[in-house]
Amino acid sequence: MKIKAQIGMVLNLDKCIGCHTCSVTCKNTWTNRPGAEYMWFNNVETKPGVGFPKRWEDEDQYHGGWTLNAKGKLQLRAGNKLNKIALGKIFYNNDMPEMDNYYEPWTYDYKTLFGPERKHQPVARPKSQITGENMELTTGPNWDDDLAGSTEYVQQDPNMQKIEGDIKKNFEQAFMMYLPRLCEHCLNAPCVASCPSGAMYKRDEDGIVLVDQERCRGWRFCMTGCPYKKVYFNWKTHKAEKCTFCYPRIEEGQPTVCAETCVGRIRYIGAMLYDADRVEQAASTPDESKLYEAQLGLFLDPNDPEVVKQALKDGISEEMIAAAQKSPIYKLAVKEKIAFPLHPEYRTMPMVWYIPPLSPVMSYFEGRNSIKDPDMIFPGIDQMRIPVQYLANLLTGGNVPVVKSALYKLAMMRLYMRAKTSGKDFDTSKLTRVGLTAARATSLYRLLAIARYEDRF
Amino acid sequence: MKSRFFNKVEKFNGTFTQLEENNRRWEKLYRQRWAHDKVVRTTHGVNCTGSCSWNVYVKQGIITWEHQATDYPECGANMPGYEPRGCPRGASFSWYEYSPVRIKYPYIRGRLWKLWTAAKKEHDNPLAAWASIVEDPAKAKEYKSVRGHGGLIRVHRNEALELISAACLYTIKKYGPDRIGGFTPIPAMSMMSFSAGARFIALLGGEQMSFYDWYADLPPASPQVWGEQTDVPESAEWYNSSYIIMWGSNVPLTRTPDAHFMTEARYKGAKVVAVSPDYAENVKFADDWLAPHPGSDSAVAQAMTYVILDEFYQKHPVDRFIKYSKQFTDLPFLVELGPSAANSNHFTAGRFVRISDLVHDDTVVNPEWKTVVYDTRQQKIVVPNGTMGQEYDAKEKWNLELKDQEGNEIDPALSVNDQDATTTQAVIDFPAFSNEGNAVVIRHIPVRKLTYADGSEHDVTTVYDLMMAQMGINRIGDDELAAKDAHDATSFFTPAWQEKRSGVKADQVIQIAREFAQNAADHDGASMVIMGGGVNHWFNADMNYRTIINMLMLCGCVGKTGGGWAHYVGQEKLRPQEGWANITFANDWEKGGARQMQGTTWYYFATDQWRYEEIDNQAQKSPVWKSKHTYLHNADYNQLAIRLGWLPSYPQFNRNPLSFAKDYGTTDLAKITPKLVEELKKGSLHFAAEDPDANENQPKAFFLWRSNLFASSGKGAEYFMKHLLGAENGLLAKPNSRRKPTEMVWHDQAATGKLDLVVDMDFRMVSTPMYSDVVLPAATWYEKKDLSSTDMHPFIHPFNDAISPMWESKSDWQQFKLLAKTFSKMAAKYLPGVHYDLKSAPLGHDTPGEIAQPLGKIRDWKKGEVEPIPGKTMPSLTLIPRDYSKVYEKFITLGPNVVNNYGYEVQDQYDYLKDLNGVAAEGIGAGCPLLDEDEKVCDAILRLSTASNGKLADRAWAKKEAQTGEHLTDIGRGHADDVMSFKKITAQPQEAYPTPIGTSAKHGGDRYTPFSLMTERKVPTRTLTGREQFYVDHEVFREFGEGLATYKPSLPPIVLAPEDTDVKPVKDEITLKYMTPHGKWNIHTMYYDNLEMLTLFRGGPTVWISPEDADQLKVKDNDWLEAYNRNGVVTARAVVSHRMPKGSMYMYHAQDNEIYEPLSTITGNRGGSHNAPTQIHVKPTHMVGGYGQLSYAWNYYGPTGNQRDLYVNVRKLKKVNWSED
Repeated sequence: MKIKAQIGMVLNLDKCIGCHTCSVTCKNTWTNRPGAEYMWFNNVETKPGVGFPKRWEDEDQYHGGWTLNAKGKLQLRAGNKLNKIALGKIFYNNDMPEMDNYYEPWTYDYKTLFGPERKHQPVARPKSQITGENMELTTGPNWDDDLAGSTEYVQQDPNMQKIEGDIKKNFEQAFMMYLPRLCEHCLNAPCVASCPSGAMYKRDEDGIVLVDQERCRGWRFCMTGCPYKKVYFNWKTHKAEKCTFCYPRIEEGQPTVCAETCVGRIRYIGAMLYDADRVEQAASTPDESKLYEAQLGLFLDPNDPEVVKQALKDGISEEMIAAAQKSPIYKLAVKEKIAFPLHPEYRTMPMVWYIPPLSPVMSYFEGRNSIKDPDMIFPGIDQMRIPVQYLANLLTGGNVPVVKSALYKLAMMRLYMRAKTSGKDFDTSKLTRVGLTAARATSLYRLLAIARYEDRF
Repeated sequence: MKSRFFNKVEKFNGTFTQLEENNRRWEKLYRQRWAHDKVVRTTHGVNCTGSCSWNVYVKQGIITWEHQATDYPECGANMPGYEPRGCPRGASFSWYEYSPVRIKYPYIRGRLWKLWTAAKKEHDNPLAAWASIVEDPAKAKEYKSVRGHGGLIRVHRNEALELISAACLYTIKKYGPDRIGGFTPIPAMSMMSFSAGARFIALLGGEQMSFYDWYADLPPASPQVWGEQTDVPESAEWYNSSYIIMWGSNVPLTRTPDAHFMTEARYKGAKVVAVSPDYAENVKFADDWLAPHPGSDSAVAQAMTYVILDEFYQKHPVDRFIKYSKQFTDLPFLVELGPSAANSNHFTAGRFVRISDLVHDDTVVNPEWKTVVYDTRQQKIVVPNGTMGQEYDAKEKWNLELKDQEGNEIDPALSVNDQDATTTQAVIDFPAFSNEGNAVVIRHIPVRKLTYADGSEHDVTTVYDLMMAQMGINRIGDDELAAKDAHDATSFFTPAWQEKRSGVKADQVIQIAREFAQNAADHDGASMVIMGGGVNHWFNADMNYRTIINMLMLCGCVGKTGGGWAHYVGQEKLRPQEGWANITFANDWEKGGARQMQGTTWYYFATDQWRYEEIDNQAQKSPVWKSKHTYLHNADYNQLAIRLGWLPSYPQFNRNPLSFAKDYGTTDLAKITPKLVEELKKGSLHFAAEDPDANENQPKAFFLWRSNLFASSGKGAEYFMKHLLGAENGLLAKPNSRRKPTEMVWHDQAATGKLDLVVDMDFRMVSTPMYSDVVLPAATWYEKKDLSSTDMHPFIHPFNDAISPMWESKSDWQQFKLLAKTFSKMAAKYLPGVHYDLKSAPLGHDTPGEIAQPLGKIRDWKKGEVEPIPGKTMPSLTLIPRDYSKVYEKFITLGPNVVNNYGYEVQDQYDYLKDLNGVAAEGIGAGCPLLDEDEKVCDAILRLSTASNGKLADRAWAKKEAQTGEHLTDIGRGHADDVMSFKKITAQPQEAYPTPIGTSAKHGGDRYTPFSLMTERKVPTRTLTGREQFYVDHEVFREFGEGLATYKPSLPPIVLAPEDTDVKPVKDEITLKYMTPHGKWNIHTMYYDNLEMLTLFRGGPTVWISPEDADQLKVKDNDWLEAYNRNGVVTARAVVSHRMPKGSMYMYHAQDNEIYEPLSTITGNRGGSHNAPTQIHVKPTHMVGGYGQLSYAWNYYGPTGNQRDLYVNVRKLKKVNWSED
């Protein structure tokens, strides 16, 4: 066992209002400068949709992340180093997203509005920030927001394509959710493994993955390696840049900008202790739908005296251990198992996890046919607007039962709290069935609903 | 590179991972980017209800970015807190600071500047120079016709101020100060900046437009039901609810900073329901979704009311509901019945019975304002406590104790069935409305006989009985006129009936109504409806609102923690109100000297939208009751409202208001009044609104600041362009000469370009500055001090200058201060001395004027039905002395009158301000506290308002206690020694103190709950009955069939009227409903030019349509479209999505037309803004005044500028032409 510490994040998608405040505050703080116009260290996507860059989840196209070779060994999907050199690929990388996959950043001809008198009212047209030429806008970083252009974009969502059977795209059955995304600061980061210059590294003290701006040579293999497409190329400095997990703030004890400014209060940040010696083994789990549980198995109980002892021995600071002990991430991901990694099938062991959206299910246990049978809550989950299979494709490598049990738990917590606030009796055996007790349900409720600043970060 | 190969590295994780020792010095790169010099607390001045506290980061004098503040005081251990408040729109504001759209210098329209400099050479007197331009039609046209086409040139500020002053002085002298207008929206969002221009205009005698009603954000239902402009829970209160319906309010999108309280309440077990015609963002959170056809909401609410009355009142009465109804609503009040106009042997509902009907007793004060109930204890009819008659009866304690005037305990009977008299089942007619035409609903109703003091016999019933009858609740077993049950589709207002109107399944409506009511029964009224623009921006919005409010009142939710209506449309809640009002309207110098104009009617006449009315108001009228004061044209109702003192009207008369004292040779109002009244009566003097196109009646100069009137809030934008500005426009409509008003002068050629001068202050070049004549550079929100508050949270936030105003920009206060200085100096020379301004004003709400016109009966002096008596049967008149050379001195000092405007002691606070702000050394304000600097004004506002000065709140509570006889002072005592200062609210957000200007009794950390003063402390509502009113008995309401709330469909579709410009239809053209809800990528209602926001969606004008409609139009996603109707044309790209219902188009609000907007192929001009296809429709019931809660107050009551009952024809834009020459 070799214990390492990692800062991670959980986003409660059930509360996400899709407002993009995180994207804007992040961009203003870090990437509103030449060469970085198109960079969104943090972005928010409407799902189902194509995302940013377009169809980033289509690894058949982009060849990001890891795969198992014929011998069952982990290797980069885009090929290992030897492969790159041997095939001369280092000079020719065609697996990268291009400007069309992102978008051509634009501005407007605002000065026209101050100009001389014209025949008609002047108008500021879009102009490319790259070429300065007039543009007709055809794509952007959030082009399919709120199901915009759903006739074209919904079916292009790779997660939709993996659902068997026909998902109707009609008004009555419309569904959507939001997916805010940042760098996953993976335990098994393919970008680090892809970098020919050794410019990318995972910090020993907190696991934050960075690009050394002095060492980067602009090979851009990190961009291919990252299956989340969260490493960008600055066309001005010719270096790769990516989300830094706001290390200048983390180091000062402040949460990341995206987390602090999240007005939906959906983000939690905390420390995790994990066994670094078993990462390769966990990432090599053959069955994709078991990868989530394999990753879960890496996390260590920070309150276990043996773990603490070993952690101190492995050089983890007391402060970090204390942080791990009160980590909301540990509670949500490991203890309550209601948060899940993004696309664990990429074998990256990502560290930004998500609580799946619950809504809407209440009607099934409160209304209509269910008043006589409160257990209707369970069929309710199966009938929710967002297909559970879709969530499983996104968050568990297709493992539906684990997503369902998280949703059952959240729904039961709601039901329990309703009874409690109404002063009504509640059969606590129903809590036991979803793995809760009255005390745990209350504590989970407080973390998700009251969600004080101090409890979130 | 070397070290990498030769250094020893630790490997683990098999050999998969290696630990390297590398130099990490480079990491300072991002640390340096993060580093900053200072962080300044400020906020944003947008009418978005946000009022969020932001930290602005500054590095080496440059604003770098902004993040939300997180240091709000907590809401308690068991509630989520407010941190962090703010949205992406707010987070992107700093882009404006250094953006190319920033207005850096003063500008003047080049052509006007040429004319002006030439005229000045010819004329020594600048007033004469101005006259030589504006009175010469050719010269006037030369600069007006190119408004909006560019060609603004940079000038020195003083040159601009001289021109503005000359124009104002000339206008005042020649036409009157009431020909000068000002508009700036909602003050709460940056209240001192609002005050700046309003104070200047008030000191001139110009009119300040109202905004809340103009925006259609005012819910007229609120004055109708409660006598309150609006009062709503703060957003944290949502968390206390256990059943939330979001009805026409897209919470995550338009209430972004507060949405988390809704998402979090769900974890506490609250059920959340969304009512929305599209799959909107908030539907994502809803346990149930009802998708009614747009505008059919009142049908859904009526059906829910049916279920509530049938199941929770009739079949299984809920004790809680009935107790509530008896004490806090007008349900038990007696109403007389008269013959129906549809069937002479049927009844129709009449007016409330008053004690004046029953006894003739001279000792009873205000008997016509005392409504009655039947008391089952004493078994007789009594006047309960709390009616409006008692409010204005100094002898009475005005409260809602269930007692009569003699102090006997009473138990009001809800129904006449519970009274001692014999009741009979009579037949009554109710009006009903639908797209197929008006109908009569015939029902049974229990009635009793009552003998009036004059010996006449009357049939009466109660409001409760009316409600039960209207709904068709079966109360007598086998009632063939009642609904059989909820599934009886033939009976109006049942769930099955509404399904035909709204498309929502009857079973779903029944289920939600049951859950809603049961939750209220189980949780002490904690059922809530969050409602918004989606149901409020319609012509018949008050029907949507009143039908929903009925549900809340019937379930006893209003005034209860976690319950009631939560209406959030516009940032209406200006918390430190009293200090602000004194400064804004210059009441510190002259109480009542300001002209407070009703915005909608001003624009309706000034932009000549009245000439283009197509609305058939016959279809809006009741078939069961006819008024003899009836008109076919809604503008005629407006004339009636003006002359009867219901609504204000400025410009006032067809004469300069400064002329009366001169012409009549006296400055004694008592002598002027009879002369003026006589002239009005015989017709030698007219209200200006009777002929708004006559030259002398037109507005001449207009000030705009903090606004984007000509695009984002100019409903009927093309009418503005043509008639107000005389600019190029896309108006396709022609005046409707088939339907002329009978009480107005009709010109065959309407005036165009009425305004001689448009002055705008802004920090960015958008439509309004582009169409203005003088543009002054405004400081941004990060460059000035100011105050902000909202109804969504209880805090009063400061604006602070993170940096000094850049280039030549100035704060609004400083801008108007400098203008006042130049103006006063020129006035001393060109318009010296004191001038007596005769000011008319309507009968005001919360003044004795509201009991001026009894019984809800119209008595028109013009028709000889009554004598014209100012302040009684016509507008009141006052004489205001104005010395224009003293405007500046008054502007910069707080006048001594302020201490007389409270009704309790404020002298000590005024004196404190002298020390804090310093006093003026000379001039008329010598010895008065200074208001010359922005922070001083803010401190004066805070010091002089009860919400921010606990000492004053304590005195105000004591006053209210004396009036009501109820113990109230304990509510404010916790803050009795606290006073906010500007520095204090900068250090940390401070919650407003409890004050009787609101209706919440909450204190001690509890969340603001409107109307809890009523439910917990028995303080009456300021309505006729002193209670929440289901019934409104004014003649105009009965004429329009709105005595009780009912379903009224949206207005019938009109794309082009017969006379309008003929537009040849093309193949694949379809007609869609056109709606303009608030969008996600514009900064609320004004800003659609921010690069970050535009980048995050589609970067320009777009409209949302369904895939089915797109197929018919043969367009794909992102194709250009052209949408037109008689009002104008807009070009935009299509966003095709299956979250849109078929038949409707959304063009999200505030899509200005200077960004990425091609020409229209129909007009050949630039496509308009989202407001190009809009037009306002004024509603006569909103004009009623002088009658209890239906009395005018600024932004309290009046026609709304609703713009939703609209249709457009849509076609593909075949040729995209940018015309950049």
